[in-house]
Amino acid sequence: MANIISDETIEYVGILAKLELSSDEKEQAKKDMGRMLDYIDKLNELDTDGVEPMSHIFPVNNVFREDEVQNGDGREITLANAPERKEDGFVVPKTIV
Amino acid sequence: MSLMNLTATGLGEKIKDKEISVQEAVQAALGAIEAKEAELNSFVTVDGDNALKRAEEVQELINGGKLKSPLAGVPVAIKDNICTKGLRTTCSSKILGSYIPGYTAEAVLNLEKAGAVVIGKTNMDEFAMGSTTETSYFGATKNPWDTNHVPGGSSGGSCAAVAAEECFYALGSDTGGSIRQPCSFCGVTGIKPTYGTVSRYGLIAYGSSLDQIGPVAKDVTDCAAILETISSYDNKDSTSIKRRDYNFTSALVDDVKGMKIGIPSDYFGAGLDSEVKEAVLNAAKVLEEKGAEIEEFNLSLVDYAIPAYYIIACAEASSNLARFDGVKYGYRTDSYNGLHNMYKKTRSEGFGAEVKRRIMLGSFVLSSGYYDAYYIKALKTKALIKQAFDKAFSKYDVILGPAAPSTAPELGQSLSDPLKMYLGDIYTISANLAGLPGITLPCGLSSRKLPIGLQLLGNCFEEKNIIRAAYAFEQTREYVHSPLA
Repeated sequence: MANIISDETIEYVGILAKLELSSDEKEQAKKDMGRMLDYIDKLNELDTDGVEPMSHIFPVNNVFREDEVQNGDGREITLANAPERKEDGFVVPKTIV
Repeated sequence: MSLMNLTATGLGEKIKDKEISVQEAVQAALGAIEAKEAELNSFVTVDGDNALKRAEEVQELINGGKLKSPLAGVPVAIKDNICTKGLRTTCSSKILGSYIPGYTAEAVLNLEKAGAVVIGKTNMDEFAMGSTTETSYFGATKNPWDTNHVPGGSSGGSCAAVAAEECFYALGSDTGGSIRQPCSFCGVTGIKPTYGTVSRYGLIAYGSSLDQIGPVAKDVTDCAAILETISSYDNKDSTSIKRRDYNFTSALVDDVKGMKIGIPSDYFGAGLDSEVKEAVLNAAKVLEEKGAEIEEFNLSLVDYAIPAYYIIACAEASSNLARFDGVKYGYRTDSYNGLHNMYKKTRSEGFGAEVKRRIMLGSFVLSSGYYDAYYIKALKTKALIKQAFDKAFSKYDVILGPAAPSTAPELGQSLSDPLKMYLGDIYTISANLAGLPGITLPCGLSSRKLPIGLQLLGNCFEEKNIIRAAYAFEQTREYVHSPLA
């Protein structure tokens, strides 16, 4: 395997992805990601010098509209999905101690 | 012949002629679901009571002459990543296991305006990440042709439900082949439209630059009618496109004389099952006999589509799925120590293995130091792939090939080797990268009595070409109902 994923890399990716992996999961993730990158490295065979990266197929630009309320009051149906609510707010763990 | 054997537009006709009531149609679908679900598991949620209520309303509108659509009164199943107000929408994930949307996706609103009756939400690979519907938190869906086999994915529930005749048609979504590949495995017909044709508003995002909603049905006529109904310009989707022509049913013409059809020789090389190859090339011959001009050509870059796709799709997924954090909706872990620990534990417990794998790969390819080498490289590859298709479509109206390298694999064979599963998307994935429309329809059965799918690709905005070619081919064969129909 050409791509060896280190413990530090998996740790770092876990932070970026906001995932907490068990040690078994970490070992599996190292293997999976290494194998996938080996495969993805196939793209290096392609000469892409001077090619413009294409994020969109069509030339779409930002689409603006007036900032007017068009939907109704969705407060109750929105808050009804909250894992934990207090009156008209979402409850989250204390962030400032 | 049972009522459930009808096509969607066939049923619509009978409803219009008052031969069948909307309630009868809904009851028949609910009955079929009840009889078959233990074996198939195509649905995550069935909404019987509301469907029956809605059937009454729709019947009144039809009686009052207020609904003229060919789909008025016809029951439909919706893939569970498409939001339906008040009806649980899970993406087949634990993290959205109890999510009740406060709004309905634009595509479904368009169907409802036409008088459709939503009967339930179909199973899928978790967050549409997978090619077998086995990564669903709610268990795998089985293939109605042989329940030891997968239905394909990620829209496996929608395709199995149509093939097993639990519903008359369904909506799916296609990010890398998720409509076309399961249609191939289940012996039904489906369209992935040109990017931007159907609004993505209310489609829970996986790879936003690739995702499109599309129809799954028993024949090309249904698919054209459904696509015509769900397509619209929508200013709630910033990538929605105002098209000049939405009249897809006008392409239902049995005539391919002079149509130029290209067959990419690089779609028929190593890795393609010989029975699939034979059935697909036979379909080309049929179209040639009907007057189409068939020519082989070299598309090129085929092997680079999958690596480019996985970089782009996973990068977008890692960003799109950042919203699932246990704060505003969905699952939240039971015990935690502070905010960040709550986020991490919620996500780690709420997402399945394949979703985590893709979020991590996506986070990696976007991370500083790797962004240019992977993400930008993939976007450049995408540009080259688009150019290759532009060149092909300067010569051909339609590109013909297989939808998948094989028929449906057995359950449990794919998940142990993700890379192998990814390679199964080789013929479908480039259409998403290049934004092209594609249709899959049945073109034969293997010796093991599993369906084989034909795929036709068109240039952007040229759905009519693929609909016409598909329709002309379809006229030469009978629809074969699955054993569970």
